[in-house]
Amino acid sequence: MTAVSVTVNGKTVSAEIEPRTLLVQLLRDRLGLTGTHVGCDTSQCGACVVHVNGKAVKSCTMLALSCDGAKVTTIEGIGSPEMLHPMQRAFQDHHGLQCGFCTPGMIMSALDLVTRKGMKLDESTIRKELEGNLCRCTGYHNIVKAIGAGAQAMGAAELQAAE
Amino acid sequence: MSETGIGKPVRRREDIRFITGNGRYTADINRPGQVYAVFVRSPHAHARIRNIETTAAIAAPGVAGIFTGKDLEADRIGKLICGWMIHSKDGSPMNMGAHPALALDRVRYAGDHVAVVLADSVEQAKDAAELIAVDYEPLPAAVHLTEAQAASQPQIHEEAPNNTVYQWHLGDKAAVDAAFARAAHRTRLEFTNNRLIPNAIEPRAAVAEYDAASGGYTLYTTSQNPHVTRLVLSAFIGIAPENRLRVVAPDVGGGFGSKIFIYAEEVVCTWAARKIGRPVKWVADRSESFVADAHGRDHHTVAQAAMDAEGKILGLRVRTKANLGAYLSTFASSVPTYLYAPLLSGQYDVPAIYCEVDGVYTNTTPVDAYRGAGRPEATFVIERLVEVAAREMGIDPAEFRMRNFIRKFPHQTPVLSNYDVGNYPACMKVALESADHAGFAERKRTSTAKGKLRGLGFSAYIEACGIAPSTAIGALGAGVGLWESAEIRVNATGTVEVLTGTHAHGQGHETTLAQIVSERLGIPIDQVSVIHGDTDKVQMGMGTYGSRSAAVGGSAVVRALDKVVLKATRIAARCMEVPEDSVEFTDGVFSARGTNRTMKFAEVALQAYLAHKFDTAEIEPGLKESAFYDPTNFTFPSGVHIAEVEIDPETGNTRVERWTAVDDFGNLINPMIVEGQVHGGIAQGIGQALLERTVYDDTGQLLTASYMDYCMPRASDLPSFDVAMTNTPCPSNPLGVKGCGEAGAIAAPAALINAITNALGHEDIEMPATPGAVWRAVALRAEKRAAE
Ligand code: FES
Ligand code: FES
Repeated sequence: MTAVSVTVNGKTVSAEIEPRTLLVQLLRDRLGLTGTHVGCDTSQCGACVVHVNGKAVKSCTMLALSCDGAKVTTIEGIGSPEMLHPMQRAFQDHHGLQCGFCTPGMIMSALDLVTRKGMKLDESTIRKELEGNLCRCTGYHNIVKAIGAGAQAMGAAELQAAE
Repeated sequence: MSETGIGKPVRRREDIRFITGNGRYTADINRPGQVYAVFVRSPHAHARIRNIETTAAIAAPGVAGIFTGKDLEADRIGKLICGWMIHSKDGSPMNMGAHPALALDRVRYAGDHVAVVLADSVEQAKDAAELIAVDYEPLPAAVHLTEAQAASQPQIHEEAPNNTVYQWHLGDKAAVDAAFARAAHRTRLEFTNNRLIPNAIEPRAAVAEYDAASGGYTLYTTSQNPHVTRLVLSAFIGIAPENRLRVVAPDVGGGFGSKIFIYAEEVVCTWAARKIGRPVKWVADRSESFVADAHGRDHHTVAQAAMDAEGKILGLRVRTKANLGAYLSTFASSVPTYLYAPLLSGQYDVPAIYCEVDGVYTNTTPVDAYRGAGRPEATFVIERLVEVAAREMGIDPAEFRMRNFIRKFPHQTPVLSNYDVGNYPACMKVALESADHAGFAERKRTSTAKGKLRGLGFSAYIEACGIAPSTAIGALGAGVGLWESAEIRVNATGTVEVLTGTHAHGQGHETTLAQIVSERLGIPIDQVSVIHGDTDKVQMGMGTYGSRSAAVGGSAVVRALDKVVLKATRIAARCMEVPEDSVEFTDGVFSARGTNRTMKFAEVALQAYLAHKFDTAEIEPGLKESAFYDPTNFTFPSGVHIAEVEIDPETGNTRVERWTAVDDFGNLINPMIVEGQVHGGIAQGIGQALLERTVYDDTGQLLTASYMDYCMPRASDLPSFDVAMTNTPCPSNPLGVKGCGEAGAIAAPAALINAITNALGHEDIEMPATPGAVWRAVALRAEKRAAE
């Protein structure tokens, strides 16, 4: 057992873990943050995407120990039912989800995409950048629309805040 | 009209929990003191088990128990069942081998269940599983569908000589022979409908617990039909009587058929929870899902069509071998028979059809229903045949279809189906326009100028949803009824709970069923809650598959609402002191004709529970009604999909440039959700036709058992879809709805292969048309040209 300390969604938590514990296991099994999902064992589906120090990572492929001292954001830290983030709202408005299992990972990847590529995203950029996220339900059509609209809404919100 | 009523694109209410990470899937559920189950699976496709040595594993840290098939047998746990009896042409019942939840003396596919290890952590269970020594005597395996029936092949089950489960047929052979004899043109195709691996992104999971005090079990499971699971676990497996078994299917992350079935893992976990006196949790790894979830499709077919000189279809002859895998999964037997052949007439007026199907055992993962289940296979047969026939006869494929479309309804096909309604030419016309069919020649010229091959293909599909009525299905061998239940509980304050026997795993029932209630009772949607997926709450139901939930489940809701309104009207009449027949109910208000007296729905609800103003000897207090609805017929959605592709002959890469879908689903409850269903279906259909390839090697090892090897459609593989609707309401249910869940997966493969073969200029390509396959097909064309 080894001690690890991480700041998850703004709260610093410490835990004694087996060195082989994955970040996703720490989040789901120890911290009860079950919004982060596991859909594969080869790092390909993206259901497990979270942000570590502001960057999207697949939490199924990262040892919890390597996050010692890091800032981790999960879907639970993005918005709440009462205070939805514009990207979350866009997923609802554009029917960007069906079963919802891929959704947290999609939203976390979408936010990372906005960070990297800005708030004006065209369809082909979004499709290309979703390489690491699988969805079996939606055919991506509405996810692509949602991400485009969500990014735009984030831009509008920023403008408003600046004014 | 309510803003949240029928026909409105109401935003989904369930989304709020999913987009905030508050969904509750089976893997999110933990019970105090739980152990984790890990299954030991056969590495061989076919082997005898000589011995299972568990001594070292039992002693490993954290291990709470290890069980094998012998332990289940000792406790008289029943075997897994197949719930649809098919009879062969000679009248004999199908040849079914036993399907133990944990293997007894033989394993029959790589991934077959051999033992279960229960330990304090998953890691400990996995470590212990490594210590179990199974002494296998490998046997030769019958792997390939087209060879498995040969006398030289190893026998998989004693009960099924030549690995043949049944030799079934449907239709009139003599009439078809006569049609072929007088035909002016005959078309013949031979092809494989490729095996698919469903791959819902949520892997299957189960959490089971036993409460010694009450003698009751609870099973949380990733199921599309928890009541059917409970019924089978009780009546056939013998875990516990239904009244002491609660099955909960909480949020479920996609199913596509693969979560209909009653699998070994659920049986073993539930049984083991009592055996060791601790809750048992199992969550599949993706690698496990690949080998242990029932696969889909896998047909080999020879199909022939006979036409007169004008291109009028005279008859169809279809010969199919269907791979059922190593054991018969829950509904496996029905998929290539009654869910397949009755759709072979497509949208066409075909006077004679004869179809023969052999169900075949192989040493591979069991095959069962996957999105579309039999209907995509049938559509591929008929839509490839008509396209190729049209090309061979030099008739425009759209025109060829127009000439053969059924125009009078109801229409009795020669293969059982009786189509109630449809307007096929209307759909075709809209599709041709939406796809800018007229502009295709120009687009093709542009592609040719760039050195690219461009093609366009049609698929005019027919689907049969909401299998019914139960009497007819029973006569065909089904072991279940296919009605649906609903209960409407009106609270004293006028809010409503809807309990449904259907189950949503992405389809949005919490919104659509609430829309039906909102519309009918004239109350805002936020006053309606939908409850499903828990056998302790909903008494009985048949679950969700076969695009049945709106047509059958929604209709049950309507019937229960009818009863609610009837009773509420009687109560309102008493309260307003007017005759019952003078009371009308519109937009949530009861009004007495010829007076100015009115009562809101909520006021009547309150009066129903106060029971002050009516004689309770005459009207019972309370407002709660239920209904079991059994449809009179299937519904028959139809549509036309047009695919347009551009192929790079240098790389064999196919780009889907345009996708036009025009579907007729009858009335729509929520058009936004319906379109979403179409998108998802098309994506799975494109996946089948272009990307998804399941490969077994000659020894029966699944070579495509991870996302590294099995090509799932990604966002960049797909275009945006152009989706439109026509509407001929369904006459056989009160909502006039049909069913939309599978349409895309049914239509897409044929449209895409028709487009690719159109671009290639020949028909020699199989699904999936991967870049490698297309590149070879391009080379073949060049060779043919050179030879000419
Ligand atoms: S669970 Fe992490 S990529 Fe699939
Ligand atoms: S919504 Fe089901 S996997 Fe994406």
